[in-house]
Amino acid sequence: MTTNALTSKSSTSGRAGDKIFSGAALGAGVLILITLFAVAVFLLIQALPTFMADPADISGGAGFLSYIWPIVVGTVIAAAIALLIATPVGLGVALFISHFAPRRIAGPLGYVIDLLAAIPSVIYGAWGYMVLAPALVPGYDWLARNLGFIPIFEGPASQTGKTMLTAGIVLAVMVLPIITSLSREIFLQTPKLHEEAALALGATRWEMITTAVLPFARPGIISATMLGLGRALGETMAVALVLSTGNLIPSLIKSGNQTIAAEIALNFPEAFGLRLAELIAAGLVLFLITLVVNMIARAIIARHKEFSGAN
Amino acid sequence: MKLNRLGSAAAVLSVAALALTACGSDNPTGAAGASASGETPAANAAVSGTLTGIGASSQKSAMEAWITGFKAENPQANVQYSPDGSGAGRKAFLAGGAQFAGSDAYLKPEEAEEAKQVCGPDGAFNVPAYVSPIAVAFNLDGVDELNLDAGTIAKIFKKEITTWNDEAIAKQNPEATLPDTAITVVHRNDESGTTENFVEYLKAAAGDVWTYEVSGDWPSDIQSENAKGTSGVVSTTGSTDGAITYADFSAVGDLSTVNVKVGDEYTKISAEAAAKALETATPVEGAAENDLALDLERDTTEAGTYPIVLLSYHIFCTTYKDQATVDLVKAFGNYAVSAEGQKTASDSAGNAPLSASMEEKAAAAIDSITVAK
Amino acid sequence: MSAMTTSERRNTATPPTGPSRKRNSLAKGKLPKWAVPAVAGGSIILGAAGSTLTGFNVATFAIYSAVIFLVAASVATTVVEGKRRGKNATWTYLIYASFILALIPLASVLYTVLEKGLPGMNMHFLFSSMNGITGAVDNQTVENGTPVLGGAYHALMGTLLITLWATVISVPVGMLTAIYLVEYGKNGPLARAITFFVDVMTGIPSIVAGLFAAAFFGLLLGPNSRMGIVAAVALSVLMIPTVVRSTEEMLKIVPNELREASYALGVRRWRTILKVVIPTAISGIASGVTLAIARVIGETAPILVTAGIASNINLNVFANWMSTLPTFIYYQIMTPTSPTNVDPSIQRAWAAALLLILMVMALNLAARLIAKLFAPKKGR
Repeated sequence: MTTNALTSKSSTSGRAGDKIFSGAALGAGVLILITLFAVAVFLLIQALPTFMADPADISGGAGFLSYIWPIVVGTVIAAAIALLIATPVGLGVALFISHFAPRRIAGPLGYVIDLLAAIPSVIYGAWGYMVLAPALVPGYDWLARNLGFIPIFEGPASQTGKTMLTAGIVLAVMVLPIITSLSREIFLQTPKLHEEAALALGATRWEMITTAVLPFARPGIISATMLGLGRALGETMAVALVLSTGNLIPSLIKSGNQTIAAEIALNFPEAFGLRLAELIAAGLVLFLITLVVNMIARAIIARHKEFSGAN
Repeated sequence: MKLNRLGSAAAVLSVAALALTACGSDNPTGAAGASASGETPAANAAVSGTLTGIGASSQKSAMEAWITGFKAENPQANVQYSPDGSGAGRKAFLAGGAQFAGSDAYLKPEEAEEAKQVCGPDGAFNVPAYVSPIAVAFNLDGVDELNLDAGTIAKIFKKEITTWNDEAIAKQNPEATLPDTAITVVHRNDESGTTENFVEYLKAAAGDVWTYEVSGDWPSDIQSENAKGTSGVVSTTGSTDGAITYADFSAVGDLSTVNVKVGDEYTKISAEAAAKALETATPVEGAAENDLALDLERDTTEAGTYPIVLLSYHIFCTTYKDQATVDLVKAFGNYAVSAEGQKTASDSAGNAPLSASMEEKAAAAIDSITVAK
Repeated sequence: MSAMTTSERRNTATPPTGPSRKRNSLAKGKLPKWAVPAVAGGSIILGAAGSTLTGFNVATFAIYSAVIFLVAASVATTVVEGKRRGKNATWTYLIYASFILALIPLASVLYTVLEKGLPGMNMHFLFSSMNGITGAVDNQTVENGTPVLGGAYHALMGTLLITLWATVISVPVGMLTAIYLVEYGKNGPLARAITFFVDVMTGIPSIVAGLFAAAFFGLLLGPNSRMGIVAAVALSVLMIPTVVRSTEEMLKIVPNELREASYALGVRRWRTILKVVIPTAISGIASGVTLAIARVIGETAPILVTAGIASNINLNVFANWMSTLPTFIYYQIMTPTSPTNVDPSIQRAWAAALLLILMVMALNLAARLIAKLFAPKKGR
């Protein structure tokens, strides 16, 4: 029945339908470009006073670069910790749900993980400073005692646990559902034939995953990671609540460091005039960081294009 | 088939949504028909319309009380207040996006100049509306009260004094048994009026120790623990033995507070002592006659005054474009600074009420609002 | 360790012909069924012993046990079953471990929300607003020990309406864009530009999206025009890239054979997309859209600057201010209604968080239902 309806209709209304549909699709794409362009223009106009101002008037008194540099580094560190933890664990969880767990429990598990993406960041932040940070203090003390010679574990450790590493872990927990959810869907779409072929050739389950599932899913995994990174870079409230902010320091277990998004969130309400422009300029820089990271990811995906079904 | 199923699902959903919509109650306290039964509304009869204010989050709790009380007297009126922050509030006010602003700092001269564009040639003016003492609060096992002078407080927060049994502390507190616990300084990591008022006090009263610039941001040279918002510093201090912080007095809960040395005596923090700080304050130089912006005398030596006070203003235009807005602004502004309004606020927010003479001055200033010509 | 050696001995003892086993990997020895539980038991005991050496604590106990088990079980499998199977076992255990590792924080978050949210969850909370609730009311509640007054109904409605409008805006735009990218754009310069900038869009800090929407509507309607629809637009800016990205990925992995089969039957392209491509990918798309909604439903910062905050019920997104659950939670935690007695506010905040999670749960179920209704029958 469906097939009949398809063929008979398409001969009469098809051409116009095709035009309208492709036009709408194109329009939607262009709308996104326009929006993004508008956002960029908005940011530039608002940030402009920062770049015209006397360097001595900028926070810190040494110009915009020296103001922004420490928090750029802080942002990158926080996001890197988050991704270093969340990507392997997230992929593991996705594989577990798609290829290891019994069918009966895999569905509900995926469902619970999806839910966790929705917990507002305020809650993650509150959980981070009320539950996680105090729980990590003994661990930090141990790290400071035994691995203190490595600069990133230099002691004395913070007694509140509100450190960069804690913030990174909270971010990892927040990013995890995003990575898991998307890569799970992609793992599930691996052509059954490829998987069965691998198994028929005597591959173990892990060999089947490395030869059939992962290559197929690689662009998707990178996309999932990039979405996660987007959230980790732009996350404000959780970092603002969890991190004891301060100047840039190498140790991850002492209070200190700051991220761009948290800097904006913490200072925006009271900001005025030039300070406001500075914060918007910081937002612009965050924007640029995402741009660069995405360019790199694009380049990686481009090399593995051949695995995509649509090409 | 599929469409049918989807249609019925949509129908069920929308019915459920409707049912849900009908069930909501906008009267959770169960108060009988607002204050219709209560005392008669003010003589100027009930006003109507919606008034928008944006500004300091410090005033939020008091503002909720004002709005509730005001609406009970004027059932036709509505006031909405967004606690975005003082800076955001002044900015929105100057852009014409809010009829009044709540701000922890009075308008700066260049802002006052800018205000003339939206408010007419006489610009805008500040009215003190919310006074809250800032406690120096600490969490130390076995110590409930400490006497400290400004210099010692500054040194503690500058991290020059690092343990609780330091000689400077012990000398002022001969009775207390001080442990050798390390001092953990906790400050606000968001820019805030509380920080600004606190460091302004340190700078004025202990300028030789506290050499940093006064701003709403904690000096970045002092690296210590910090948290977001009053509730953040209070809970971080509460969970760390040996921690000290500064926070609105109403919010310190179980933490112990420091008696601050003023003149030759140590003043215990209280609403009365805070209100007294306003009495010794001087009007800001060059302000218009009905502008009640005040410069607090932080280094006052008058006994019984508690000098670390957060003073938050309502900022109004001198003129509004129509009579209805003028009536509404006057009615609400007057309610907030009236004795009744101040009492309602302090019942809710635990702040210090304005003194009677300040209430009078504020009411006179608000009454000068007129329609733009 | 002892478990391993016994299992090895047992294994070498049972098979009838030792040498022939080595030649045929299919017939190679297998760990007996009890071996893995035995290794697990052994590692738990060893882990407990190791942890006690440095002062017992649950965390070190769990870490030691897990590491010992991972090493022992992998080595056992490698020795008995061969290198390839050993590797398989190692990775299997690693994947199980990552799953358990992920569950710990997630369970802790859920537990915290349930523990603190359940006491405040009742009909009064669900069906009344915060209108008229002041610090004085809360102070009285604490003094008299009466139930907490005031609820999140106004915020619940705000969240529903604003999210609904954001979805109505972003899902069509996002899906059409993804369709353009996969089906029409074909890696042309425009498609490449869109893909790239959509990625960049994921990096817009949420507060910037809010400020942008506020400024945009400010230009149209005068300064500080705050209302539900402005918030919906701000959320759309955040939501669209997630919708595009997940839909694009899902459309890409629809096999080309399906499209070609449809074209071969003479079906027009747009009908092929609507009737063949999208239904095949619908489960993934639904999951992606849910994820996108979930991503924005918890946003706080952009709502504050676009929809304001209200304590009364407002069901009109085109006029007056509105609260949403996240802004409600944020303000109840950060600036409690009564600074002196914060408990009622904290209780309301956690109950609202629980409510938000329940809402997303319902949403998720709905998305799954839709996916099931439309998805073609599959062999999986």
